[in-house]
Order: sequence, then C-alpha cells, then structure tokens
Amino acid sequence: MRQANFLLARTLRTPDMTTRFSLTQWDLLVRQARQAGLLARLQDRLSQQALLETIPQPVRWHFDAAATLAHKQQIAVRWELGQIRAALDGLDCPLVVLKGAAYVAANLPAASGRLFNDIDILVPRRLLNQAEAALMLAGWNATGLSPYDERYYRRWMHEIPPMQHLHRATVIDVHHAILPDTARYFPDPQKLLSRIVPAGDDMPGVYVLSAEDRILHSATHLFHDGELPHGLRDLTDLDLLLRHESAAPHFWPRLMARADELQLGRSLFYALRYAQHFLDTPVPAKVWEDLRSVTPGRIVMRLMDSIYSRSLAPAHASCNDTFSPLARQAAYIRAHWLRMPAYLLIPHLFHKAFISPYLDNNTPKPA
Amino acid sequence: MKLKQLSPTDLRERLCDAGIWLRTGPFSLRICSSIPSVAEGLTDLYGQFEVRDQRDSFADFHVSVNSPSLLRRWIRPQVDFVFDGQLPFKPLPLDQAYPMLEWGLNWCVSMHAHQYLIIHAAVVEKNGRAAILPAPPGSGKSTLTAALILSGWRLLSDELTLIDRKTGLIHPLPRPVSLKNQSIPVIRAFSGDKAFINRPSHDTAKGTVAHMRPPKESVRRQHEPAQPAWVIFPEWVAGAATELAPRSAAQTFMFLAQNAFNYSHLGADGFRVGTQLIGQVDCYDFAYSQLDEAVRAFDQLADTPPQLRAV
Repeated sequence: MRQANFLLARTLRTPDMTTRFSLTQWDLLVRQARQAGLLARLQDRLSQQALLETIPQPVRWHFDAAATLAHKQQIAVRWELGQIRAALDGLDCPLVVLKGAAYVAANLPAASGRLFNDIDILVPRRLLNQAEAALMLAGWNATGLSPYDERYYRRWMHEIPPMQHLHRATVIDVHHAILPDTARYFPDPQKLLSRIVPAGDDMPGVYVLSAEDRILHSATHLFHDGELPHGLRDLTDLDLLLRHESAAPHFWPRLMARADELQLGRSLFYALRYAQHFLDTPVPAKVWEDLRSVTPGRIVMRLMDSIYSRSLAPAHASCNDTFSPLARQAAYIRAHWLRMPAYLLIPHLFHKAFISPYLDNNTPKPA
Repeated sequence: MKLKQLSPTDLRERLCDAGIWLRTGPFSLRICSSIPSVAEGLTDLYGQFEVRDQRDSFADFHVSVNSPSLLRRWIRPQVDFVFDGQLPFKPLPLDQAYPMLEWGLNWCVSMHAHQYLIIHAAVVEKNGRAAILPAPPGSGKSTLTAALILSGWRLLSDELTLIDRKTGLIHPLPRPVSLKNQSIPVIRAFSGDKAFINRPSHDTAKGTVAHMRPPKESVRRQHEPAQPAWVIFPEWVAGAATELAPRSAAQTFMFLAQNAFNYSHLGADGFRVGTQLIGQVDCYDFAYSQLDEAVRAFDQLADTPPQLRAV
C-alpha cells in the first residue's frame, strides 16, 4: 500500500517540506489540519523542528490560536482531574484515567497539542453505581440523551452515558471496560487494572494504564469506536505513544505478549499498518513477522486498506475521493459489527439511520 | 480591486464558481453562494471592500451559504451556512440567507481568532480614541452605534470588539451593522437618506433584521487599530434624560469577562489583557431616549482632552 498522499499526512511525515510551501499550499494545510483537529499538534511539530518561522505571516495566527486553546485545555484537564479525584475520594479504588487526559496526566509526548471533548476514566464495574452517584453529588449530571440512547448505553456499552458538569460544562465518560461486553474480543478490565501505574509526582492519586495497555487501548479505539472524525488525530496519538515507548528495552516483545493476552493482536496489527501508512511510524520487521498469525488474507487486507486509507483521513473535501463516503460508512458499520452480534446490531443501526435523525434536536440555531 | 467594480453578473458567477475573496479587517474570507439574495446583500453592503481572485491566495475562512439539497430549493426552501465542510448551525429559511452569512462570519471569528480577546460589544472611534459599547441585546446598542457612525464616528465593529493581546489596541472589523425591528425605521428617520439599509429579513430568531452599509471612511481605514478610551453601557429608556454616569471599573471588568467569547480560552492571559484594558479606560453607564442628544454627549466626550491617569 502506498503511503497516504494528502498534504497534511505528507507534512506530518516530513515537516521540513513546509519551507517550500506556497500560500495556496498553506491554505490547504490549515484547512485539512483544522478538520482533523491537528492544528495545535502540527504547530508543536513545526516548533520542535525549528520550522515555525517558515509559516507565512497571514497564516501564523491559525496555529498560534489553536496552540493557545490546546494549552488552556491542558491546564483545565489537570485541574479537572483534581476535582474528579476529590469527588471519587471515598471510593474503594484508584482514579484511572484513559486516553487524552491520561497523556496529559502522565506528561507524555502524546499530550502535545491535544484537544479534548471529554475526560475518560475507568472504574471497576462493581463500583460503577457508587462512582456515578459521587460524581452527581459533585455536580456532574447525565446529559440529555434520548431514552433510546440512554437504554443503549446502560444495557450494552462499556461506559455509562456521558456526565456533564452543571457549571463548567466539562464532560466525563465513565468506563467500566475498554470494549463492550458484547464485543468479539473482550479484554478483561481486571487485567488492565492490575497493571496501572501512577501518572506522576505532580498528580497524586491519579493512575494511568501501563505503557503497553495505553497503546493497545489507543489501537483498539481506532477501530471499535467509529469516532471517525478524529481518526487521524487518534493515529497521531498512537504514533507519538509508540515513538516514545519503543525506546524502552524489550518494548516490542512486551507489547506483542500483552496484545496476545488481551486478544487484541488483530487491532494492533491494523493500527500499526495504518500508522505507518499515514505517519511513517517506525515498526521493526520482526514485529510484522510476529504478527503474521493475526494478519488477514490478501483479499480481506485489500478491502480493509481501501476502507481505512479513506476513513481515517480527515473528513475534508480535499482528502476525499468518490469512495470516501462509502468507506466511512463501512468503517462505522464495522466498528459496530466488532462491538455487538448481528441480532443487536441490525435493530440498532436501523434506529440510528431512520429514527434518531427525527429526534435530533442538538444542533444549535445561529444566534 | 473593490467589490463594487465587479458587474452583478460577474459577482454572481464568481460566487457560484470558485467564490470571491474578500478582506474584512484582519481577516480574509472566501465566500461561495448560489443564492441571489446573498449576491445582492454583498453588492449592497460590501461595495467598498477589497476583492481578489481567490485562486492564488490564502483565506482565513472558507464559507458558503447554499441550499442543503435539491429538494430544499423548491419545497420550503432553506439554506445552510457551511464553514469549510462543517455545519455549525441548523438550516434557516431562504429569506434569511444574507443574515445567516453575517451570523456565520461572526461565529467564524469568535470561535477561532484567539490572537484577540474578543468581547461581545460594538466599538466606535473618534479622535483616535475608541468607545466600547457592551450591552445585553435590546438595550439599543446597535441603534446607537448606527447613529454614531452616521455622525462622524468611525465604525470599528458593531458586534465583535477585537483586542490585540500583544498591543492592547482594538482592531477594526467594520462589517455591516445589524439592525433589528424598531431600529430599522428609527435609523432610516435619523439618517435622512445618508444611510443605506438593505432589504430586511422577517421572522428570524431576532425578529426582523436588516443590515446597514458601513461608512466608506471606516472601510478605507479598516487596517488602522485604535486605542481603547471608554467602556460605555448604553441603555435606551423611553423619555429618559441623556445621562452619563461613572461606573465601577471592577464590575465593568467582570461584565466584559462574562461577555467575551474567548476570555476563558485565554487563561491567565485573558485576565492580563482584560485588566490592562480596564486600566486604560473610563467606564460609564449611559441612559438616553433621543438619538441626537446621545450623539452630542458622545461628541462632547470625544472633544474633552484625555486626562493624565494616575498609575
């Protein structure tokens, strides 16, 4: 498979090509990066390579403004984690943070330029009700979901409906697992919880998943969540996590063993394949060999490539081709297919396609 | 080239095709639309603005106003505002296409331009000093702004006060002034035939809405920032005598912070820029019922030499 050819992917792989950009190319780059939620991360990348000066003056503010917002969000996430920790203080379990907020809490390079919609935490299932009650007492309330969605979350999902704070409007996703019970593969949350590590000295009482589990969660998330608008951003998370951790001794064998143990080998294979496709993430040849047992056959592989090379690209007109809408649809359906058996999936997708749109009242009117 | 130099056919064709590239204050826009009322609104209101061929330039905001589908062109016609593929709003009836463009552009600026502290307020300038007019909707802020700019004040903005975080100066964004309901006949009467107000759109979320063309001089000077001098809270009160009363700086600061679009996004720097602003201005409450008297009071303020401030 040839590497992704749109301007943002090429720029992320070889940032110094910006020295030769015309204003028209900058125009396209900003648009693709904004759509992908990657303006701030790209700014950080250019800054690390001492390339900020290559950004022409009329373009510069877009990067600075995005970086301002990202910086503010990181401070807010740290502060919010303190509030969540205090709210869950009485619970008989440590506070475990997942995804973006975890990268911030643990000061990882993957926090760079990261924007947030919510904070994800992991709570043992037996304490779920207590955690929800404690958060409600501290001001987080159920968001206005339709009764259908509410029921769907409670019955089938690995998280409860998002909770939003009354005053600050911050959103928490409380998970009890990283995949739904009904998924093809179900990594035991107990196994994840048994290996958590403290986030860092400046975040007492806050824990994150182990390095391998963070990477596996990030990889799994790409294909199971159907949250495709953030596809490329999530891949850059994975890319940053891998580049950071792979310096540690025996990293790859540990990662492979853990993937096997948690039944996430296939997800890891695809995640590495597309990280390389879009971002040139370094993966040793030995790893591809070891992954052979979970590598799909040629036909499936080609189908998957044609789906994910399109659906993980930013949803910007300039990154789309004729098949992009179909590919996105296919990735969405596949994410659900992996999450639940057909007898649940078909009624659910029917509801989402034909009933939910008529109940939607969430998009604001302009004011 | 100025927009008014384009023939109406040329403008319409460009809007339908690659769009027109337009410069408003610090921002460059690329606008696409096949809706006739949008072309008409731009011709009526943006004649003095600089346009360029979009093909070879960078634009800050790529926006369009078009029908969501073929069906919606004919049955209960609607339009969508699209920001480079994103739809921030629900569609509105076709009659509101032009105001939707203006609201959409306000949204683009207020959601992205964090190099400024952006306060929800009108702002006008005279003798090099700017008056910021923050006020809740319905207080007569736009009416007063329109009257002031028809009486020799320079329009910086009727909706978005852009305070440069580095210099503390206010950057102009002299787009058309939005007038609502009773303001429309009031300003027509006040201006005689000096003001151009475009065709109103009815039954919008804000009632009847029309836009007034920004003065030529304000557009010509749209790249010239101004020093903030006053924060004045106007309030139209039926039968009230014109009165300018000093107001607490601390309370004014709190109001501005709450009415800024991005105060919290800027974190500590928002506080720094806000306090620096408050340190430079005099704060007033302003009650009025007669527009010409109100303008006289503002002129008096502008003619009083600034007093040295104790630091």
